[in-house]
Amino acid sequence: MTDSLLSVRDLRIRFGTDDGTVRAVDGIDFDVRAGETVCLVGESGSGKTVACESITRLIPTTSATVEGSIRFDGTDLTTLSESALESYRGGRIGHVFQNPQDALDPVYTVGAQVVEAIRIHRDVSKGRAREQAIDLLDRVGIGDAESRFEDYPHQFSGGMKQRVVVAMALACDPDLLIADEPTTALDVTIQRQVLDLLADLQAEREMALLFVTHDLGVVADIADRVVVMYAGAVMERGDVYDVFEAPAHPYTRALMACLPGRGEAFETIGGQFPDPTDPPDGCRFHPRCPHAIEECESGSHPDFRTMEQADGTATATPGDDADTDSATTTGDDARPHEAACVLYDDVHTIPTDVGVADD
Amino acid sequence: MTDDPLLSVRDLAQHYPVRSGLLRRVTGHVEAVDGVSFDVHQGETFGLVGESGCGKSTTATSMLHLESPTGGEVRFDGDPVASLDGDAMDRFRRRAQVVFQDPNSAFDPRLTVAESVAEPLAIHGMDDPDRRREITLDTLERVGLAAADADRYPHEFSGGQKQRIALARALVLNPDLLVVDEPVSALDVSVQAEILSLLQDLQADLGLAMVLISHDLGVVRQVCDRVGVMYLGKLVERGPTESLFSDPQHPYTEALLSAIPEPDPRADDDAVELTGDVPDPSNPPAGCSFHPRCPRIRPPDEFEFTNGTFRAVADLKLALANGTVDGEFDDSAAVREAFDLPSALADDEAEQVLADALDSVIAGRNEVAADRLAEAFTSECEREVPALEPTAAGHVAACIRRDEPSTADAPAEGD
Repeated sequence: MTDSLLSVRDLRIRFGTDDGTVRAVDGIDFDVRAGETVCLVGESGSGKTVACESITRLIPTTSATVEGSIRFDGTDLTTLSESALESYRGGRIGHVFQNPQDALDPVYTVGAQVVEAIRIHRDVSKGRAREQAIDLLDRVGIGDAESRFEDYPHQFSGGMKQRVVVAMALACDPDLLIADEPTTALDVTIQRQVLDLLADLQAEREMALLFVTHDLGVVADIADRVVVMYAGAVMERGDVYDVFEAPAHPYTRALMACLPGRGEAFETIGGQFPDPTDPPDGCRFHPRCPHAIEECESGSHPDFRTMEQADGTATATPGDDADTDSATTTGDDARPHEAACVLYDDVHTIPTDVGVADD
Repeated sequence: MTDDPLLSVRDLAQHYPVRSGLLRRVTGHVEAVDGVSFDVHQGETFGLVGESGCGKSTTATSMLHLESPTGGEVRFDGDPVASLDGDAMDRFRRRAQVVFQDPNSAFDPRLTVAESVAEPLAIHGMDDPDRRREITLDTLERVGLAAADADRYPHEFSGGQKQRIALARALVLNPDLLVVDEPVSALDVSVQAEILSLLQDLQADLGLAMVLISHDLGVVRQVCDRVGVMYLGKLVERGPTESLFSDPQHPYTEALLSAIPEPDPRADDDAVELTGDVPDPSNPPAGCSFHPRCPRIRPPDEFEFTNGTFRAVADLKLALANGTVDGEFDDSAAVREAFDLPSALADDEAEQVLADALDSVIAGRNEVAADRLAEAFTSECEREVPALEPTAAGHVAACIRRDEPSTADAPAEGD
């Protein structure tokens, strides 16, 4: 329980461009423990996708510089040779991408693509692989999998295609599934089906899930822990109940306040997302932050500060029986609720109601 | 201010012919939009929601006569749009503006922002370049851009800023009606909030009538006064936003609302899950087009069904009719399990029919089973096309069960 399956430390990813060096990810840390769901949340440009793709070196090392350590089950993936990494990529670590349209090859049948995913990593006969593929397709909810085996991707709807992609990612029974915005391209009713499927599969296979999304509704639905990113840095991380019920970082609060349709007036953040080649000094959010003080504007990214558990109510242990699977989540020292914000240090008293816009 | 709507859409239809064979004969029609009616008053926002492929965008292009509708009537300020010509049509084109989804493909990359925004003015006969420039800069300022931005090119702007420019271009002619098709779906949530509040401000300042099309119910709830929910080319429910969101009357609206993930980790996960996908619009189901997925399909009157059980029977019937049941079941219990059917139906006669059908399935005679089920269990939902009619909640919905107490949400027996 204490050991992390995936442990990312001080990950830095830089891209050299004509306009200067883009620091897409600038020193982030996060952990994923076996069997848990961690959500990376952030707007586009926050570096969440690049961070995930660097885990199995899916970003070309010719154009990007990756520093830091990525330990998976005790092995540092950054030091592995390309051939040694192959047993992890698609094997012990599965990937599901945003657009199922692009993840499937239009000229091969759906079945052939699942069989390929199995046979790359497992030494099984074609016949046996076919049986496994049909089982997988059946498991992800493709009705009458045997007869649809010979169908081509264009004969499937968007939600069905994403199920096939999930089946391919599960082909080698991964310990970790990385899902990058897997439901963003889908309609809300189909999104619901795919989220339920992922939750079922995860429980059944005790698989860890690293889920990238910009949708806070999806996060609340599936996450055990949340990592909030902004402009390549982690702003806040913690248990899903803590982060949603007592968001600490002004950015997290602002993000929640601008969700439409909650039946109340919504706030806008104001200002512009920073230039990736020239991020602001200090806290990257300070130019847009309503609470910024002088100390926010210089130095490096603020240190993480552990949030005190609020006085009982907000972070009470979830006792409802509906939450049994997450009953161990709060009050666990291994999952502190932390925010990278100078407002939470010994000198500055915690503003209990850091709103989004005080005026 | 009169009570007459600015835009009145009645029974709007857009049917596309499907051609096939050597002679390209018309072999059928895709009813992309079929019998959609709504009004939009001055200063009001009407929202159209639905899943992709339900005909929201086609409704927009048809009602603006960007493509002529194949049926129905659109009246703008009292006049039927179909009869407008010459100057009257130009006037309509000026007064009704549209903004499309993707701001990245909405601009000519070789024109500056000012040139793009001023283009409609020139087209509608404003010949004085200085005056055009003045209006353009005013409008850009109104949507939150600086005058200095006017001479830059579209690629220099972010997605949210481009959407502001697209709005400026639509507003530069001072329209009365603004149609916005998925204005924020390509944008990040924080930028979304900015554009939505800009839309609200503009509408309040200018007294625009607005039609907002979105698949995002949160967006619609935030911005719209009244909402229409579309499914497969038809409006299934229409009413004031709050009434529709707090007391949905159509099972599809209910399912759509419950499918939205709530940003609250303690929210009840009691979503009404829809089975299957949206049906093929070129071959829509008979009767209510939602019946193949509807969790509240009405059981046939001849039999007694406990809540929810008929959905399972209907799923089996549908799968048999579509030929998607493979004959690999060992016994009828396996079929019952696969389709979430109870070990015995409460009604003896119904159970007899089901048992017969299952025996046929086990014997590999799926057609016989399909016929047996189709003969005995035909729901009224498959026969009757429901019309939009008033409900207890005060707004209209197209469902034959609209006035029945909502008891069908209870879990199916035998679960």
